[in-house]
Amino acid sequence: MPEATRVRWVLAAATSVALVASGCGSSGGGGSSSSDASKTFSYQSSEPQNPLQPANANEAGGGRIIQNLFKGLVDYDPSNATLRMQVADSIDTSDSQTFNVTLKSGWTFHDGTPVKSSNFVNAWNWAATTTNNQINSSWFSDIQGYKDVHPESGAPTTTTMSGLTVTDDTHFTIKLTTKVSYFEYKLGYIAFSPLPDSFYSDPAGFGQKPVGNGPYQFVSWDHNAQVVTKSYPNYKGVDPAKNGGIVFKMYTTAEAAYADLQSNNLDVMDQVPPSALATYKNDLGDRAIDSPQGAIQNIGFPLYQPDWAGPEKAKVRQGLSMAIDRATITKTVLQGSRAPASAWVAEGVEGYKQGNCGNFCNFDPAQAKQLITEGGGVPGNKLTITYNADGGHKEWVDAVCNSIRQNTGVDCVGDPKVDFKTARAAITGHTVTGAFRTGWVQDYPLNANFLADVYRTGAASNDFGYSSPEFDKLSTQADQADSIQASATGYQQAEAVLQQDMPAIPLWYYRTNSGYSTNVQNVTFDSFGNPAWTQVEVKG
Amino acid sequence: MGSYVLRRVLQMIPVFFGSTLLIFLMVYSLPGDPIVALFGDKAADPAQVAALRQKYYLDQPIWKQYLHYMGNLFQGDFGTSFTGRPVSEIMADAFPVTIRLALMAFVFELVVGLTLGVLSGLRRGSVVDTAVLILTLVVISIPVFVLAYIAQTIFATNLGWVTPTVQDSTDLSQLILPAIVLGSLSLAFVARLTRTSIGENLRADYIRTATAKGLPRRTIITRHLLRNSLIPVVTFLGTDLGALMGGAIVTEGIFNVQGIGNVLYRAINQKEGPTVVGIVTVLVIVYLVASLLVDLLYAVLDPRIRYA
Repeated sequence: MPEATRVRWVLAAATSVALVASGCGSSGGGGSSSSDASKTFSYQSSEPQNPLQPANANEAGGGRIIQNLFKGLVDYDPSNATLRMQVADSIDTSDSQTFNVTLKSGWTFHDGTPVKSSNFVNAWNWAATTTNNQINSSWFSDIQGYKDVHPESGAPTTTTMSGLTVTDDTHFTIKLTTKVSYFEYKLGYIAFSPLPDSFYSDPAGFGQKPVGNGPYQFVSWDHNAQVVTKSYPNYKGVDPAKNGGIVFKMYTTAEAAYADLQSNNLDVMDQVPPSALATYKNDLGDRAIDSPQGAIQNIGFPLYQPDWAGPEKAKVRQGLSMAIDRATITKTVLQGSRAPASAWVAEGVEGYKQGNCGNFCNFDPAQAKQLITEGGGVPGNKLTITYNADGGHKEWVDAVCNSIRQNTGVDCVGDPKVDFKTARAAITGHTVTGAFRTGWVQDYPLNANFLADVYRTGAASNDFGYSSPEFDKLSTQADQADSIQASATGYQQAEAVLQQDMPAIPLWYYRTNSGYSTNVQNVTFDSFGNPAWTQVEVKG
Repeated sequence: MGSYVLRRVLQMIPVFFGSTLLIFLMVYSLPGDPIVALFGDKAADPAQVAALRQKYYLDQPIWKQYLHYMGNLFQGDFGTSFTGRPVSEIMADAFPVTIRLALMAFVFELVVGLTLGVLSGLRRGSVVDTAVLILTLVVISIPVFVLAYIAQTIFATNLGWVTPTVQDSTDLSQLILPAIVLGSLSLAFVARLTRTSIGENLRADYIRTATAKGLPRRTIITRHLLRNSLIPVVTFLGTDLGALMGGAIVTEGIFNVQGIGNVLYRAINQKEGPTVVGIVTVLVIVYLVASLLVDLLYAVLDPRIRYA
């Protein structure tokens, strides 16, 4: 199970308005047969790790169920990863710090109660408060008053954030502590879903039997076997379901799911197992899927170690980057399941700029050697790459090391840690002395997510100890831009700074390699690696 | 006999405490922090981590955690998993599935294994004997997961007789294939044990005496030969029942059976202490009861073996 331990950041999905219009509930794309909007399809899943509460799901098993049961203010168009309004009619701001939200009317929860401003505000307050133990609680840290409900230590002094104000049933305001021009993009994350009033009387019971406002409503949870949902007839979103519901079938291994898919006992799956990568396109024919994902694989460096701290070592890292033959490794060792990276932001993400890594992501052994020599060489002329042995990374780490060894003469070996947790403990505990594998899977499809959250000084996921005043300055400027587009452009400039310092070497972007059974059609995947759920058509 | 049973039951108490303590210590000393792992790839929020640790009683020293766990256990509380479900409920869902699977595998290996063993033991050197020897050798030398994939490919993908994985774990007919795969390794052992045991006893004095007395061959085999030959086989079968339940992890994974093996695998991965300790504790009890039954069966099979 190569990616089992890698957390997938799942979010809402559906297809473009154009597809909705052309679909109209009957036949789908060209040459396909008729579909039955009342029939359900099955999807490969795994038992959720946590109760089904929106702010408590951060892994694929629970996340993909939650995102179908709930719908927040906005979500992302699965066809092009841009933001679109769902429960929100508009989100206005004049200063990128105070956001005025207007809700559409007519939305209801699955229990029939209307979706009001207070359903959002109360849910967010509840989720952010430490005592409610929600894993996604830090998502609310931009909001004013977060520190009161979520102090760094000790008990919260209050249970409401001062930045959230309900004006009336369809209006509320969000005030942030600083300017975040792209805050709207964050609002598409499932943690920002509304909760019905009935939630607060029994949160634990709700976690076993959730009531949402999304395109699908909860039917049953047969633990370890399946979660059954059905489409909600009063759903008011832009992407009403073209199928009768989703049955999430739990699988322990991708191999078992793939065997079921081939025999039509499973309709759509996440990702084919590595053992099937070479053959799945043959096995499935035009039912095979190969589409880009908003995720990247990097090799990071411990810039906090004296060996790597000197400014001249940036040249060594640039040289190492140029010594890696990305094209060959992705094609052979990774069997086309990845695409070579040319920037620190994954392709298919808003603000992605191809080639933002400059020449340093091009394979050039001569230049590589020269840069490494100019930078004073790799400490001890030996590089280790730390990785988790339970994630299927050994093959490519060995290949990268071979590439470096052959092209630069630097001795390079992999340094496997027994599992993901152990590798993470070594990396976050700053006990790693050589390079280490890192990756980033988008929380929301915007380049800021790949940059601000990873490379900013002191950012929670800045495993490198990287600190660049210039990068920070450009990021802050981008945050204060007056539109998302301007912010994305600003972050592209910040990204270019990473060329000079090379805190991490971009390797390749993830791809979704999946497929579907002969029972369904019109299956497309978004950049989160999720199918456009509501657009899947079950053959009549 | 009665005092023997009592003594054996009393012996189970220290074994129970010892094994739960060991499992507890092992699970909780695994590297990595289960709470931090809940946050996955993302940086864990320290304030929330502290709050969650307190919720799951993980901020206490290990001996306090054990006492806390045992204290709850004796009130019938196996603790709660991260999904918010009581562990007792999880086990109540998963154990019946695995027990059914293990029992089916057990019956399969018992019936087929004994039959093959008796047939080949009585006709040593015959074609049947050679065939059984070769067949069992092949099964013993192939790992269970290879066997499972072969069975899946042949019977599901190629022939289409069954679905590749079990669609409904409560449906007995769907469990037949996984049960056969699960029981096949033990079957080979049972067949070979029976064969050797019968072969030895055939040359024993009491069989010669029985034959000389002119007893019918049928009576000799069933009343004298089998009864004595089964003692080593019963020993094996007794411990095997426990092994089948624990060994179902691989088979259940491949056939996607929602039994105890599947739950245990996931719980170990997530370092869910209460779930792992709870399941293994029950498995330990299964082992203890099974070996107790074996010892009692000895006395039934061979009156010379007396425990007083």
